[in-house]
Amino acid sequence: MAEQTETRITKMFDRLKAEGRGGLGTFITAGDPDYDTGLEILMGLANAGADMIEFGIPFSDPMADGPAIQASSLRALKKGMTLKKTLDMVRKFRKQDDVTPIILMGYFNPIYIYGIDTFLSDAKEVGVDGYIVVDLPPEEENELCKPAIAAGMNFIYLTAPTTDDKRLPRVVENASGFIYFVSITGITGTKSATSADIAPHLERIRKYTDLPIAVGFGIKTPENAADTVKVGDAAIVGSALVRVITDNLDENDNPTPGIAPKVHKLVSELAAGVRSVNKRIGA
Amino acid sequence: MTKHNTYSAGADEDGHFGIYGGRYVAETLMPLILAVENEWNKAKSDPDFWKEFHYYMKHYVGRPSPLYFAERLTEKFGGAKVYFKRDELNHTGAHKINNTIGQILMAKRMGKTRIIAETGAGQHGVATATVCALFGLPCIVYMGATDVERQSPNVFRMNLLGAEVRPVTSGTGTLKDAMNEALRDWVSNVDDTFYIIGTVAGPHPYPTMVRDFQSVIGDEVREQMQEAEGRLPNTLVACLGGGSNAMGLFHPFLDDETVEIIGVEAGGKGIDTDEHCASLTLGKPGVLHGNRTYLLQTDDGQILDGHSISAGLDYPGIGPEHSWLKDRGRVNYVSVTDNEALNAFQLCTKAEGIIPALEPSHALAHVAKIAGSYPKDHLLVLNMCGRGDKDIFAVAKHLGLDMGDTDQG
Repeated sequence: MAEQTETRITKMFDRLKAEGRGGLGTFITAGDPDYDTGLEILMGLANAGADMIEFGIPFSDPMADGPAIQASSLRALKKGMTLKKTLDMVRKFRKQDDVTPIILMGYFNPIYIYGIDTFLSDAKEVGVDGYIVVDLPPEEENELCKPAIAAGMNFIYLTAPTTDDKRLPRVVENASGFIYFVSITGITGTKSATSADIAPHLERIRKYTDLPIAVGFGIKTPENAADTVKVGDAAIVGSALVRVITDNLDENDNPTPGIAPKVHKLVSELAAGVRSVNKRIGA
Repeated sequence: MTKHNTYSAGADEDGHFGIYGGRYVAETLMPLILAVENEWNKAKSDPDFWKEFHYYMKHYVGRPSPLYFAERLTEKFGGAKVYFKRDELNHTGAHKINNTIGQILMAKRMGKTRIIAETGAGQHGVATATVCALFGLPCIVYMGATDVERQSPNVFRMNLLGAEVRPVTSGTGTLKDAMNEALRDWVSNVDDTFYIIGTVAGPHPYPTMVRDFQSVIGDEVREQMQEAEGRLPNTLVACLGGGSNAMGLFHPFLDDETVEIIGVEAGGKGIDTDEHCASLTLGKPGVLHGNRTYLLQTDDGQILDGHSISAGLDYPGIGPEHSWLKDRGRVNYVSVTDNEALNAFQLCTKAEGIIPALEPSHALAHVAKIAGSYPKDHLLVLNMCGRGDKDIFAVAKHLGLDMGDTDQG
């Protein structure tokens, strides 16, 4: 296993452990539905109860994502969102919050085109803690995983139900921060799995790593989130939050008033769900 | 694979051609990609696999396709002896079927029972639907909504063959989005599904696997030219979208350094405009659809849509091996505009009685530019990779004729 650098991510999981509860990770696409509204949403996530923030880098071809996140990416791009502006939003967030981890999540090409070294130093400087890059499996670890770890950040690997025992040791080899378990074989925001479906997979993964495991894909409601943290260390919700944005746009995809509070309201409900499970007794 | 100073030995065991290629896919797909690779490693050294492949090439596809001396065009150009490799005479009218036969045999070996594919112009979709009919497997073809509209005859063909065509409206609704959607389907149906990719792109092992199936083209040319002229050709020319017909012709000749090789990209309305599809000429290396390769993209790494009169060349990327061959300087990549291709289309039809697809019309347009500068004993082979019946509506429209109310542009 890779040497574990201490980051806001590792500190957060330590806190959760001490509190005896699971965590809530929230995904939103940077700059969706536009820069200002996106920034307002970002700024309020932690206060609403998010323990960590996955911040999506908009990409024209998000091939592991379902319709909700695809559309959010395209909306952000249409409004002129870029990776540079994504980092800029993180910088603004860090001025008010130096605790909540921010993980940039997305696809490799925008990062590659930005330039790996420049990107890592810029991202580190604005206060990014880690990366989830969907199309960088361990086979391509030299691209970003190893440089990110060397730069003192975490690189989070995805594991899926299809990741069998033969492959798991390879996947966790250079993983850091936590393991992201993709709870379904599919794209984001479609099917859902229950804790009973997930449990055997997590048990399998824990044979190979001591890292915390966050579970994502298909978690939509506070009940789903509560159920998920019965077995996982954190639940990650994305498409359901993005849908709140989608449902509150006018016909030109411009935000209607009060979008951010509506997103934050769902985050509070999800956080309450997650906090309703006492992990000291149950799991 | 350890041969030195060779252009034809790649990819390496991780699927890289230099910095190009690779396996940039979501973890959910990785085990599947590795399974395909594992099976491909067994299949490619299994004589029975190739025996079955060549059985279908001969009896179903109609191979070998002729190497035809285009005498009238040769006279017109007044230089090199121009030969056509006539892959437009294949069953279904293009080179695409060479690959779909190969891949469906792979699907069969792996016990997969459901086939998916992406298609742009519909040629690969038709070729996939055809082999699915032949092998009795259900077939789903993802096709950009715009392409579904402008290629309605091919959509109908696929439906007749029993395939379900799913129009893709996500993204910009073009070939790249069809490929995204096929990948999303595959991620969601990993157990029973085989993805038949239509070109020499995608995650390893697809670029090499598709190349090896399409290399039947170049292998035949080598033999046929030997028979016709007693020597190697001097120049090879082929068009490129994803680059499979070109790679099929080029690959068996890469290590014959006397053979000049030229790939022709779609220059659309001109490479000084924004509307073209010249990924190698004007793109830069990036990562999309499982591989690193030259891509048309913005400064922020967002993928752009290509433009070409030929829907078959309308892809913002290119097979990774082409990217490597470009950097190494082994193949010379050039571009030809929509209008030049249209002129070549008409020229070939009238001079040779062969209606070429708009894709190889690009290659021919370049041949028209260069053939005259070669001596008369210079042997030039053009890959006539598809027939033009599918394009008559588009051509009519560009010539200002109305052939009906369907928009075939």
